[in-house]
Amino acid sequence: MTSDTDEVIRAEHISKKFGPVEALRDINLHVRKGEILGLIGDNGAGKSTLIKILTGFHQPDSGRLLFEGKESRLKSVIHARSLGIETVFQDLALVPDLPVYLNLHLNKELVHRPLPFLRRAEMKRQARKSLDRIGINIPSVTAEVGALSGGQRQAIAVARSVHSDAKLLLLDEPLAAMGAKEGGQILQLLDRLKQQGDLAIILIAHNYSQVVDVCDRVNLLQHGEITFDKPSKDTSVEELLALVHAEYRLPRTSEG
Amino acid sequence: MTERSFGTAVLQPLVRQKELSILIATVAVAIYFSATTHGFNSSDNYLTIVHYLAPWAIVAAGEVMLLICGEIDLSTGFMFTLSPFIVMSFYNGGTPLILALLLALVVCAAIGALNGFITTRFGIASFIVTLGSSFLLEGISLLMSNGAPVSAPSSGWVVSVFGKAHWSELLWVLGIVVVMQILLSATRFGVSTQATGGNPVGAAEAGIRVNLVKIVNFSIASLLAGLGGIIDGLRLGSFDPTNGGPNTMFLAVAAAVIGGTALLGGRGTVVGALLGALLLGIVFDGFSLAGVSANTFDVVLGIAIVVAMLLNVYLGYLRKRVSRA
Repeated sequence: MTSDTDEVIRAEHISKKFGPVEALRDINLHVRKGEILGLIGDNGAGKSTLIKILTGFHQPDSGRLLFEGKESRLKSVIHARSLGIETVFQDLALVPDLPVYLNLHLNKELVHRPLPFLRRAEMKRQARKSLDRIGINIPSVTAEVGALSGGQRQAIAVARSVHSDAKLLLLDEPLAAMGAKEGGQILQLLDRLKQQGDLAIILIAHNYSQVVDVCDRVNLLQHGEITFDKPSKDTSVEELLALVHAEYRLPRTSEG
Repeated sequence: MTERSFGTAVLQPLVRQKELSILIATVAVAIYFSATTHGFNSSDNYLTIVHYLAPWAIVAAGEVMLLICGEIDLSTGFMFTLSPFIVMSFYNGGTPLILALLLALVVCAAIGALNGFITTRFGIASFIVTLGSSFLLEGISLLMSNGAPVSAPSSGWVVSVFGKAHWSELLWVLGIVVVMQILLSATRFGVSTQATGGNPVGAAEAGIRVNLVKIVNFSIASLLAGLGGIIDGLRLGSFDPTNGGPNTMFLAVAAAVIGGTALLGGRGTVVGALLGALLLGIVFDGFSLAGVSANTFDVVLGIAIVVAMLLNVYLGYLRKRVSRA
């Protein structure tokens, strides 16, 4: 169904050291358009380092990255973003004092020519269109983000990435500190984005049942290596839990 | 939704924020003084009010931008003091007055940029950095002036334009406020300034060069403070090393706060600061007409700042309720 031309990003034999610490070892990973890859692993397994390499924040010591089939050295976050790699951060890069539509256009505001004054009406219109397209329900695009709920803010953060023509969307713990209902709405949003088929998504999460529900494939990162790569339908929450916790079991239990 | 006019874009903050309440307070105070004091309603007295508020409003226009992006400049008062002496050092060296004036403004902007650079590059609180530069600039003012006033140039079109002509000071105030308000609410730089104060990490993650935004705003604040000092000095006909100082700076910050600027960054308007300065100017003038002492003015000012902050908090709460509904 999907050919290799649909592959948005592929990492081949990526390694990264910080001093003597081997953060990542021979990482191979790929995501296609319309696919959600779940990335799980314990704290310190290397998830953050991997994300920072995929977003151009760190450069790998060895190995290579292919973006849309072409080898790319991601020189910086800005470079990665110019290619269409967007990240939704845990700490939510939204400005509470600014309205929704300005947050969606943050640092990409539309201006008139030749006098560079803001095109507020056009930005509001586009913001409304963007939100409608991915089914985010906000009473008004002129509402200040600080007045919205946590789930609405997270949805706006996702919408901002999509709004800026992202091709690869990385979500770092988007469901942390969110109630079941709000978390469910975000998962539905990710599913809608997947159905639309234009985006490749990498989702980092701690909640394995959500990962199995929404992701097409799951990769497990342990001690800087990807030790597990399976379609979600071929795995289960129990299997993932068992894998992650195996190494921490008391000797007696693991022998048994 | 119709394309809203440019004017609406500039006026929008007026409606949404608390400028309306401060405007009402200002009008009420003006009515009170015109009813109770003799000579409030004369064009001479209006001019006096302008003389009071002009330094505060001009310094506040820059200070508001800094406060919005999460910083403060305590040295603007002494930049105000020092700038005329920088003009004089160029002018006495034979530079034509207009050129001396422009060069002095460049120096002021550079000093502001240096404040901003030290603040952002080394991560020192701007409160501390500009406390230091405050004393530094005061010292330089005293050294350059030998601690005594000097007469300002008193003839020529430059002198007339920069403060000497009746009402030219008012035109400067209005011009600066309009330009700064447009910069704040109708340009990308204005949005970046608000974003830098509202969520510095988030703004940086969105690719906004927050340090550069801050440095530019430090530069603008210093330049405006310097311009304010030159205009005030040329109007008075004398450059005085005791002019300006912390009093001017604190009243400018007070005007900004009374006008709705949050001290912790994120929100505020230049028009609000002008209204704050106008309110302070009217109260100051009204008190002197009524024969009330300057000490009483300070008491009123103190109360006004705290009341304005309480009002800010309350209106912020209301705004959230309204947009949630």
